[in-house]
Amino acid sequence: MKGQEGNNPDQEKNTRTIAVNTIARVEGEGALRVTVKDGAIQDVELRIFEPPRFFEAFLEGRRYDEVPDIVARICGICPVAYQMSAVHALEQIFGLRVEGPLRDLRRLLYCGEWIESHALHVYLLQAPDFLGYESGLAMAKDHASLVERGLRIKKAGNAIMTLLGGRSVHPVSAKIGGFSRLPRRQELDELKDELAWARDAAIETIRWVAKFDFPEFAPNYTFVALHHPDEYPLNEGRIVVSGDMDIPVDEFEQYFTEHQVPYSNALHCTVQGASYLVGPLARVNVNADRLPPAVRHVFDETGLSLPLTNPFHGIVARSVEILYALEESLRLIDRYELPSVPSPPVTVKAGVGMACTEAPRGILYHRYQVDSEGVIRKAKIVPPTSQNQGRIEEDLRLFIPRILDRSNEEASLACERVIRCYDPCISCATHFLKLEIQRDL
Amino acid sequence: MSDQLVRCEEARRKPARPKLGVFKFASCDGCQLSILNLEEDLLLLGQVLDIAYFPEASSRMVAGPYDLALVEGSVTTAEDAQRIQSVREQAKVLMTIGACATAGGIQALRNWTDVELLKRTVYPSPQYIQSLYTSTPISGHVKVDMELWGCPIDKGQLLRVITDLLAGVQVRLSSDSLCLDCKRRGNVCVMVAKALPCMGPVTRTGCGAICPSMGRDCYGCFGPTDGALKGSGYPPNTASLANHFHGECGLIPVDVVRKFRGISGNAESFKREGDKWDMKK
Repeated sequence: MKGQEGNNPDQEKNTRTIAVNTIARVEGEGALRVTVKDGAIQDVELRIFEPPRFFEAFLEGRRYDEVPDIVARICGICPVAYQMSAVHALEQIFGLRVEGPLRDLRRLLYCGEWIESHALHVYLLQAPDFLGYESGLAMAKDHASLVERGLRIKKAGNAIMTLLGGRSVHPVSAKIGGFSRLPRRQELDELKDELAWARDAAIETIRWVAKFDFPEFAPNYTFVALHHPDEYPLNEGRIVVSGDMDIPVDEFEQYFTEHQVPYSNALHCTVQGASYLVGPLARVNVNADRLPPAVRHVFDETGLSLPLTNPFHGIVARSVEILYALEESLRLIDRYELPSVPSPPVTVKAGVGMACTEAPRGILYHRYQVDSEGVIRKAKIVPPTSQNQGRIEEDLRLFIPRILDRSNEEASLACERVIRCYDPCISCATHFLKLEIQRDL
Repeated sequence: MSDQLVRCEEARRKPARPKLGVFKFASCDGCQLSILNLEEDLLLLGQVLDIAYFPEASSRMVAGPYDLALVEGSVTTAEDAQRIQSVREQAKVLMTIGACATAGGIQALRNWTDVELLKRTVYPSPQYIQSLYTSTPISGHVKVDMELWGCPIDKGQLLRVITDLLAGVQVRLSSDSLCLDCKRRGNVCVMVAKALPCMGPVTRTGCGAICPSMGRDCYGCFGPTDGALKGSGYPPNTASLANHFHGECGLIPVDVVRKFRGISGNAESFKREGDKWDMKK
């Protein structure tokens, strides 16, 4: 990472620009531009310049059964999330409800993705910030066993996805109504030893990350997450806005609005005009009552308490969810009974359907309008990172004053570390973040 | 191929570890994730190669030249059309990874539509959005030394290519059709048994025949094969397959178009077949 200094001819005299051309260890391309005048922050713009790919537009005119394969390609890190929001929304239109062992299998597939995505972020993307390394690979030179542990946890998640979906990136088996193939009991049993190992490793992970040196920082957050009467949310639940409201998914668009800003290829999202936070931190806070006692116990032992309000604690929340997903996977495997059919027949009809599921990075909303032939007429997708974008900007606004006295390079590094707390997935919203701070000399 | 080998050989003789650069264009990051999914092999790879530029994985960004540049994603903006030129200038061997970089990817579906209309569909203020009218493969802009197909790439195939390059061995990847691999695995043919419109007969092997193994039809994410005559450069017999989809699997012409216009829809032979059936709609 290189800090660059230079004078921009368009700038006022006595100002300078600090530009970091690439923020690393995030998924996607974007930039941060901060303008400081007379010691006060003027603008904070998180610019997402990942090229737009227009998924919502080219879904129009495709058949309903092509949707899971297409929307998976929005994000290589969380394809299952896209597939799940899509199949639930379309099933709502066709009056299909997936229950029992097929529902369990979807939950298991989703757990696999949480484990893979979270372990990647905790060990390879964010832990290097706390331990002072440029990457997980560099960290491995001094902490080989730690990095190996992280990679092995990640591999356990990938193994679930590969068994159920054929491969871990863009799995192929999810379809409207269920799956194209069901795993045999024995195949699932074969995963158990490794998942049990990973569960123990996840406990160690929580203990390890909870001891990191966290900067003190507690913005006043509105947390948004799904909440379900019986379980920690993955595929379904009502949308809860912390301390304020609780709405069915169908009403999402009445309260949450997307708007466009000139500097970004991702749409900003607000709830009743205010920015909000989605993702692991929001989820554990909203769902503290849904964490199984064994998981809660490991968390409580760290000395931290819920709600977690420091974004840097996101790494702890993410680790707690790795443990949860492993516990849940083992539970689901134990009670698995082979369903009678991989997927029931689908009766196509026209209508509008919406669904929201918990992607690793937060709630992911889909709405589809389908005609009587089963062809998509309209699609709307609201990914987690675009929902967090406004909140990341506000947090930077709060955080930057305390680092303005630092050198350009150090200030930039500090901003990058803040941004990484949210595990932004810019491929979803749209990946590199370029950081630019413009300020008076 | 031979000048590329010479360059690898030069790279191999150098005392320093070969420098690897990983570059992203318009994509979902799934192929880069496939590198990170090498798990324990990833740590070994980091010892054998100098991972000099891989922003998704590391804050260390060493300037070129690079012995091997892996390029993910397609070119969809004017800025990226410039950037790929500079990647090419810095790369001894440039290898595309995945369907986007190799054929334009799913986002090449825009090539059949009005991009201004797309922008208006997705964005309230389309004037802020800078985007080219097409999504094009890397080979449409610069010379590409090697191509790895797949959406995503197969990590085993990637590892094999890298080790072959490092060993100075000629890289050979099969361009057989998926059917051959599917038969070897003993799968029941989903087209024969279930009349599913499987793209396997015209699709390049490499994924491990995942879709038929999972009880469904292949959807062509490894792109077209080189054809029945191995290595001949003849296109696959898409016409025969399309007729079969229409006549035996019951697909109406618009559905035949959808089959060919998917993840690898911009690859030449798939594009031609899709366009042909588009005329019949």
